[in-house]
Parts: sequence; structure tokens; C-alpha cells
Amino acid sequence: MTIAIGLEGSANKLGVGIIRHTPSKPAEILSNIRHTFVSPPGEGFLPKDTAIHHRSWVVKLVKQALKESGVTVREVDCICYTKGPGMGAPLQSVAVAARTLALLWDKPLVGVNHCVGHIEMGREITGADNPVVLYVSGGNTQVIAYADQRYRIFGEALDIAIGNCLDRFARTLNISNDPAPGYNIEQMAKKGKHLIDIPYTVKGMDCSFSGILGFIDAYAGEMLSGVEKRDADSGELITPEDLCFSLQETAFAMLVEITERAMAHVGSTQVLIVGGVGCNERLQEMMGIMARDRGGSVYATDERFCIDNGIMIAHAGLLAFQTGFTTPIDESTCTQRFRTDEVFVKWRD
Amino acid sequence: MAPPRSIDGTLLKQGAEAHVYKSTFILPSVPCLIKVRPTKPYRHAILDTRLTKHRCVSEARLLNRCRSMGVLCPAVYFVDEKRGEIIMEWIEGPSVRDFLHDYVDVGCDFGNGGNNRGSNDEGIQLDPLMENIGKTIGKLHDIDIIHGDLTTSNLMLKNRENLAITSNSQEGSRLLTGIATSPSDFDVVLIDFGLGQVSNSDEDKAVDLYVLERAFLSTHPRATRLFNIILDSYKKNCLGSAVVLRRLQEVRLRGRKKSMVG
Repeated sequence: MTIAIGLEGSANKLGVGIIRHTPSKPAEILSNIRHTFVSPPGEGFLPKDTAIHHRSWVVKLVKQALKESGVTVREVDCICYTKGPGMGAPLQSVAVAARTLALLWDKPLVGVNHCVGHIEMGREITGADNPVVLYVSGGNTQVIAYADQRYRIFGEALDIAIGNCLDRFARTLNISNDPAPGYNIEQMAKKGKHLIDIPYTVKGMDCSFSGILGFIDAYAGEMLSGVEKRDADSGELITPEDLCFSLQETAFAMLVEITERAMAHVGSTQVLIVGGVGCNERLQEMMGIMARDRGGSVYATDERFCIDNGIMIAHAGLLAFQTGFTTPIDESTCTQRFRTDEVFVKWRD
Repeated sequence: MAPPRSIDGTLLKQGAEAHVYKSTFILPSVPCLIKVRPTKPYRHAILDTRLTKHRCVSEARLLNRCRSMGVLCPAVYFVDEKRGEIIMEWIEGPSVRDFLHDYVDVGCDFGNGGNNRGSNDEGIQLDPLMENIGKTIGKLHDIDIIHGDLTTSNLMLKNRENLAITSNSQEGSRLLTGIATSPSDFDVVLIDFGLGQVSNSDEDKAVDLYVLERAFLSTHPRATRLFNIILDSYKKNCLGSAVVLRRLQEVRLRGRKKSMVG
């Protein structure tokens, strides 16, 4: 039986989770708490402010997580933290906190790849054993499949991530960042009905979102400055809800298409969606239709695990720790660039 | 979008985007290939119609452009963009992938030596075939067409005399001794322009070559020598090859993928 505490802070969420692994039993989540830095509407989260947020909350969250879990410091086997990828300043704050805990409590450190954390937690929660993974968040858009001890990237967004595209579009429309811009776009999209013509950019298993963002930003900008836009068929006015709807329908169709291509390529029928955008129910629904057509199914988790959290870092870190992996203090750096396929996955066959 | 019709033919391949059938065109004696892009129920109907139509038309245009500029590819017989169908010429012959596979299977020396004869006395020279491939891709890039999915499966061999070339690996020896005597008698035909585009960018051309290189090296670990013949021939036959090959070095270093930020 081993217990790990995980610290995550690669973007605007600070998460602390405590997990217990017992051989031949599912992992037990002893606590999983999060505090989000929410910026005002029309603004994104800046690295400096986000780092200050993480620094001021990390002690409180670690204490609360320990209390909730009922675990004593002595029982903890290792401290896991996000090594990257992510925003520099927030990553550093959390790495410093993890190092401090490791020295204070005399525990080994385990540096974890954020993306691998998402994948492993998704597999653990859903029970999908060898799925094609669509990882979609504010910083990442990747189609991943496992082969020979690596999570290999088959396709990805060549410029900005899907979540980044949604977040920045929300800023243009002054949509609230509370609880998350993507969530608010999803709610507005449910009321949209007219599909406007948006660029659709898929190249094989890769895709691109900056053209979409540029287009819809300009379109929304014209609307906000009072230019009337009408639907070509019905002549009805285009609303901000229609823009959200069109953006989702187009961008998600691109994601489902590249995922399907990867599934055909590797011959898999399972698909697992992870990352913050993976919470979106319309994306899950579209992916489900595609997977069903291929005789398979989609696996997705809810906001506790989709959105950045500490438990996934604890889980992936503990898997590595059990194979003998630790990160010495003098190597316990963090990095903004850390590709998913750089990690040697020793814990899988 | 027009309702899908049932295709009178044999389903050959069901990919993520298209289904491919073998059938006949007008006369029972004229074989053809039908490429159908079926409706994707997960996406909005308007978007689906728009994409299907666009892709169908653009693929047909690329095929026509290639053909008119002297790059061998299937002739387009008929396009029904509302149904997302292209009916095109049937190319009889093995893919380069199957051909190399057969060649390796019968125990020929694949990667070393000058004459490639190896253990099989009837062995044939692969070098002229590689030169031919390099020349074909060079010509394609000279007319600013990017294939987008250059794998050994998308390169087909067609005998100049229009004789069939067997690709059955159990009959590998027949392949080498039989109808076609030398790969220099083959034409290289490019197929599947589904991911193709018109572009004069060196980056796009270099990525095209990089994709082919990866496909080659995964076909056989000793294929490096063969791929170098392709590159040499590309260099000789393509006007802008110097810049593209320099770019290829960069693409190789970083892989096709960018370094990931955040």
C-alpha cells in the first residue's frame, strides 16, 4: 500500500490531491481539492498574478487535503508535482512548494508530466484499458495513442489549443470567466441555432485554430460595433449565442475528425477524452456518435478529473514511484515545454 | 445533400474519411474505383455538406491538375460532389509497399551493395524504381502540389506495357521472374490526394518528403540507402529541390511536430 500527495499548478488552477494504491484494487481518492484563480471578464490570467494566487493558497490547500484524507504526514510515501508543460511562473511556485514539503517531511519527490497525469487518471476512472486519447485543454490539443512504453502524439493543434481559442473568444464577447469561460460558452451554445460559415482547418491528423479565432473575433467585433448580421436562409439576426454554437460545432467537428483518423490508423474503437474542454457535453456527444459508428464507445470523466487537479498528479506520480522512479532535489526543476512522448512509461506493458 | 445511393461494387477499404469500392464504368470491361465520402452524423448537416463537397471537388481538381501536367495519377471519370463521390480510373498493379514487402519476403538483399541481387539470382534492380519515385515527386512539387500523405501505400506501380504485375507475396518469385522484368519498366502512379493541397511552400514540400522517409524506414530498417536514391533523384529532377532538401534537415531535427508550449 502506497500513498502519494500531488500538487498541480500549471495554469490557473491550484490542486492538491491524495491517493492510495493497493495492489490489485482500484486507486482510492482520499482527497481532491482545488482553488481557481478567476480573472475578470474580458481578461485572461497572467502568469505573475496566477503565481501569486498559487503561492498564497498552497499551504492552506495542503493542510485541508491532509485533514480531509485523514492521512498523517508519516504515511505519505512521496510528494508528486507537475514538472510541466505549463506557464512558467505558476509551475515554479508549485515546484518550490513541493520541494519544501519534501525537505520538511523528508520524502522523495516525483516530477510528473501534466499530460500523462490526465491520461492515467482518465484510464483509472473510466476503466478504458487502451484507448485513443483526445487531450483538450487551455494549453493542449493532442490525439494520443500508446505504443512501446510511450504515449505517442498522432495529431495535434499546430498553433493554439482549442481551450485557448474558446477562452479568447469569450474575452471578445465579454463572457464571464466564472466558473470557466468554456462552460459559459457551452451554456450559450445550447440556445444558438444558426450555423455561420467558419474556417475549418484539418491537415491529416493535425488541426489549427488560430484562423477560426481570427475569423470569429472579427465577426463578433463587427456585431458588437452595431453591424447587423443575418442568417442567409431565414433572414433572422445572428446572436452571440449563434456564434458560440457555430464555434463549438465547427471546432469540435475538427477534433472528432482527427480522433477518428487516429482510431482508424491504430485500429482502436475506444476513445478517452481528457482535459478541461473534455467536460463539454456537446463534444462528448459528438465523439460518442462517431465512436458508435465505429462499433466502439467514448469514455469521459466529469469536472473533478477533466479540469486540472492534484489527484491526477498524485496518481501518475505514484505509478512512476512504484517502478522506482524519483526526482532528486537538485533535478526537481519545472519546464514550460515537456512533450507527452518524452516520458518513458515504465508502468505499462 | 443527396441521399446516399447503394454502390454497385466491392468495398475495398473503409477509412476514417472515405470508403473505396471497385466497380466498372459504363462498360463492364472498364474497371474503375469509386471513392465515397459518407455523411458524418456527428457533425452539423450544413457543415457536413459543405466539407464533403469541398473535399470531393478539390481532390478531383488536384488529380486533373497532376494529370494535365504530366504527373501520373488516376484519371477522373466522373464527380458527383453532392453525393461526395469520385469515380476514377482503376490502377492495376501493386503498391510500392506491397512490392517492397514481396521483395523482402523472397530474401533479396534489400539495403546493401550495388546490384541488390542478394540470394535470389532472378533479383531485380530496385535502384531504377527509386529513381523513378524521386523523379515523380520532384515533378509533383515542381507544379506546386503537395500530396499530404506520401506513404509507400499511396505510390502504385503500373507496367508500361499495361501488363498486370502480381503483388501476391506467396508468388513473390513469380513477381521477380515473371511478367515484369525490371522496375525500370514500371511507371509510378500517385494515388489518394485526399489530403493534398496546392502550395509552393518549402516547408510543405519538405514535410511531404519527411512523411515518405518515415514510411520507408518503417517498411524496412535497411531502406535508408534506397531512400537516399529517391532524394538524389528528387534533387536532379526538381527545380526547387536545393531549398526543400535543406528544409528537410530542419524538419528531421524537430520531427513533424513542434515543441510543445504550455
